Amino acid sequence: MNEANSFYGSASIASLSLYTSVRHRFSFVRNLLYRCIPFVLTAPAFASGKDTSIFAPVSPSADSISSLGIFTLVLTLGIFIVVAGLLTYAIVRYRTRPGDDGSEPPQIFGSTQIELSWTIIPVLIVTVLFLATARVIFAIQDAPKPASALDVTVIGHQFWWEFRYPELNIVTANELHVPVSVAASVTPTFLKLTSADVIHSFWIPRLSGKTDLVPNRINELWMEPRETGLYEGQCAQFCGIEHAKMLLRVYVDTPEQFAAWVRQQQLPATAPATDAAIAGRRQFESQACINCHSVAGTVANGRFGPDLTHLMGRKTIASGAALNTPENLAHWIDNPDHFKTGSLMPSLHLSQSQVEQITAYLTTLN
Amino acid sequence: MAGSSIPLPGGVSEAEPHDRPSGLATVLETLHSWVITVDHKKIGILYILYSLLMFVVGGIEVLFIRLQLAAPGNHVVSPETYNQLFTMHGTTMIFFVAMPILFGIGNYLVPLMLGVRDMAFPRLNAFSLWMTVFGGLLLYYSFIGGSGLQGAGTAPDIGWFAYAPLSELAFSRGHSTDYWALALIVSGFGSIGTAINFIATIFSMRCRGMTLFRMPLLVWLYLVSSGLVILAVSPLTAAQFMLIIDRYLGGHFFDTQAGGSALVWVHFFWIFGHPEVYVLVMPAFGIASEIIPVFSRKAIFGYAAMVAASVAIGIVSISVWAHHMFTVGMSSVSNAFFTLSTMLVGIPTGIKIFNWLATLWGGKIRFGTPMLFSLAFLFQFLIAGLTGIMLSVAPFNWQLHNSYFVIAHFHYVIVGAILFMIFAGFYYWYPKVTGRMLSERLGKLHFWLFLIGFHVTFDFMHIPGILGMPRSIYTYEADRGWGTWNLIVSIGAFIQAIAIAIFVYNLIVSYFRGDEAGPDPWDAWTLEWTTSSPPPSYNFQTDPVVSSRRPLWDLKHPEDPDSFD
Amino acid sequence: MSTVSIQAPSTTDWHLPYKGRVGMFTLIFAETAVFTIFVVAYVYYIGRSLSGPMPRDVLELPILNTVFLLSSSITIMIAERALVRRAMGAFNAWWGLTILLGLIFLFGTAREWHKLITVDGLTISTNLFGTTYYSLVGLHATHVVVGLIMLLIVLIFSVTGSLHPKHTDRVETLALYWHFVDAVWVVVFTVVYVLGR
Repeated sequence: MNEANSFYGSASIASLSLYTSVRHRFSFVRNLLYRCIPFVLTAPAFASGKDTSIFAPVSPSADSISSLGIFTLVLTLGIFIVVAGLLTYAIVRYRTRPGDDGSEPPQIFGSTQIELSWTIIPVLIVTVLFLATARVIFAIQDAPKPASALDVTVIGHQFWWEFRYPELNIVTANELHVPVSVAASVTPTFLKLTSADVIHSFWIPRLSGKTDLVPNRINELWMEPRETGLYEGQCAQFCGIEHAKMLLRVYVDTPEQFAAWVRQQQLPATAPATDAAIAGRRQFESQACINCHSVAGTVANGRFGPDLTHLMGRKTIASGAALNTPENLAHWIDNPDHFKTGSLMPSLHLSQSQVEQITAYLTTLN
Repeated sequence: MAGSSIPLPGGVSEAEPHDRPSGLATVLETLHSWVITVDHKKIGILYILYSLLMFVVGGIEVLFIRLQLAAPGNHVVSPETYNQLFTMHGTTMIFFVAMPILFGIGNYLVPLMLGVRDMAFPRLNAFSLWMTVFGGLLLYYSFIGGSGLQGAGTAPDIGWFAYAPLSELAFSRGHSTDYWALALIVSGFGSIGTAINFIATIFSMRCRGMTLFRMPLLVWLYLVSSGLVILAVSPLTAAQFMLIIDRYLGGHFFDTQAGGSALVWVHFFWIFGHPEVYVLVMPAFGIASEIIPVFSRKAIFGYAAMVAASVAIGIVSISVWAHHMFTVGMSSVSNAFFTLSTMLVGIPTGIKIFNWLATLWGGKIRFGTPMLFSLAFLFQFLIAGLTGIMLSVAPFNWQLHNSYFVIAHFHYVIVGAILFMIFAGFYYWYPKVTGRMLSERLGKLHFWLFLIGFHVTFDFMHIPGILGMPRSIYTYEADRGWGTWNLIVSIGAFIQAIAIAIFVYNLIVSYFRGDEAGPDPWDAWTLEWTTSSPPPSYNFQTDPVVSSRRPLWDLKHPEDPDSFD
Repeated sequence: MSTVSIQAPSTTDWHLPYKGRVGMFTLIFAETAVFTIFVVAYVYYIGRSLSGPMPRDVLELPILNTVFLLSSSITIMIAERALVRRAMGAFNAWWGLTILLGLIFLFGTAREWHKLITVDGLTISTNLFGTTYYSLVGLHATHVVVGLIMLLIVLIFSVTGSLHPKHTDRVETLALYWHFVDAVWVVVFTVVYVLGR
């Protein structure tokens, strides 16, 4: 499934590239390169597992970036071939041969004509490249926001992601759900980004370029994924000890899946039914847990850590550091350093039974 | 002249470079003379020796980094240690290797090339050297004295650009960040002192007849580089004072809780950070402009254009800094501006490559070790410049920023261009400094091994960047497809380490057993080759008087002298 | 090839600028860059303090202080002219007056800061205004202190008979620094006390 995506992704990039290249009136050779390069560049991704290649876009902004990137690559490759070719030729042609008489070659000090022409040509290249670039900058940054867009606020924390859907009254963490945007249902997602502590950066290569989350500032980013699936990324601005484990998962759902997810998220927490879970809830609410965590519909109202209301709806915990299984959950609660040394969640030095009970409670939070 | 043994002040005999001091008293006396020296040549050598030591330290740091990253999920070092390693690697290499070694080379060569006896301010020169040395020692003292993030680390661990508010007291408790800021403030004073010295020397101390347009290009490039130090290091010093004020006096310069702006630090840092890389690359251009003509047996093509291009690069480089900030959320107009300015700075840079190409063209190229490194430099700097153009395309940058593509790009510049030219300079001027030739056999071995290691590491490093791998991460997920590439990159690092070991061995063994060099082993044309190897403490027996750019060429070729200004 | 002496046909006149002056101008450039960063921070943060005393509440135009400092640029020039004429008595008087004016300026700044701290409760940690104000004005005052120390050393040389007209170049170099310090004050005054309020 992934490889098919990559292949069709490449093919669509190639077509898009071909279209834009025709508009730029390039030569046949360049068109050919346009077709080959994305294939070659995404080839490594075929061999790998999850695809985070910048040349496998599924959103228009990532598409434009990919095309512009390939255009730039082709241009610079051309420059390289010409200049490196001349260098190689000079080195070979003008090397000292054995049996050389040791005389000095004619001393040439310069040539205004030559120097002028090799100034003008780069100026022209820069002009073309700049104009192509400026167009994409404005297209992406100043893209109008349709009324059907989904609004999400992203707040960066050391070392997890807070996601709020202000119009839907949803708060969740680490795993973002957005609807796919197709002709029948145009729903791009517009994100507002900020941070609660230090600078972070939101980067899902297949969906868009990265944008930083800066404290005391609101940045904007939009994405319009046209294919469902899971897209991965991670924090891309060093933010402290566990920056490497601040992973990102974006689930692009069908409109129906997304609606179902939203409904589930909007519900308050399910009340625990088993004895262990009830005891666990009591533990949870009497320990320091509620200082940091929220569970909607209970006394737990902490803002420092992720919202746990629908914890079991997430595939991973600790911002991707571990899979969300009861066993991992227990390890995490018992000793967060186990998965993420230096994570800001302290170990509360709970007893084995306390940990088991709290785990039992948390696993009921669907 | 060549055979006399006139004892000179300081007890150093000028004409016998191979005398070994005997007895403890003489050893102490020699050490003492080196510690208190104000002679630009000795100061230059001390800078270089210090840089080589720090280079080994910074290199060991990166070998641990590469071991840790060679496979996903590795446990070679802890996250805390890893973050200290990459912070220290970057800080060490930029401030305590690249800058001092280039200052050292310039210190040694500039007065000689200008035909004068010393730098303008010899005592300031010594002061600058020791400020740099102490800055480095202060930085490394942090391993003992600091206690960083989470109280678990000791050396600075906030990245070499120390973004706020991560560097503020709230997020960086303990003293490790203070060591970072203070060490760089101290060495920053040294850098500014050196820049003042270069500028004053170049404007006020040239031998008779040496107008500005008859100076060797290396001197011009040191002039521009020094100008950039003045304009760029000062803002960094200012910003670091602000950081200290925040951390010690309760200031709010970068305190977002009090309404301060994290981006103010980012701007100030890159206002320093971008010109800084030109500070580093300009001297490399200068070395290339000396070696390539001599080994092509032709004068540099387009001297005036090279000067103009260098000055242009210097000036334009002050306007490009925010291309390190395309992702912080600047307006589309700002992003477009910095894209344009960055592309524009590429134009004079490219022109220099064409001038070097034209110098080769029609020449008689000799492939001594200095030239091998210089030729590799030409190809590698071309590639580095082109990946730089890619990065200047702001939307492309939104993907590539903070990824391994960027790390590959800047190492291509710093290692592939700058370090290769430093090596070239070593092989070219070591005979002048010591009176002995470096071994050509070992030199070629060093070259080929390092070339292979460099390309194995840094060519392949571009790929994880394209595949979405960010920088500054101590490990990565196994299923991202980055593992194989990282392994290849790591192997290349170890190949480079072996090549460096061969180089250091060459430096040491050639000092004792290298062929005698004589004053002018390369048949070159600038003033440093007119005096003995090593030069006497006063540099020139009689003050030179010049009337062209290549005084020795005129002497050797009276039938075809350089005849213009 | 043996060492050679290059003696090409010489140009008649060979005059290069005095190295002290080049060095001092370069230092001034560097210091200008430092001050610019502090001024930029000050200007950017105008009006952004979340709390605490605002500039217009607590700052008074330091007209007198400014007059004292800027006059010292005039007195130092007069002193230089006296040195050229070998009028050492006049030199000592005008140079001494320069130092005095600088000291009065520092005293004025100290009084201002005393009032701000004890009466208005403004310290470097109070708010953004406090941080940027004390940093910028303090940086300038530090440069005044360094300048005064250098001027004092020259005065001591002079009254002990060690200063002569042949030292004019060096004295001029130091005076250049002093003029720079005064010029910075003009900028700080405008930014902090005029525009910022």
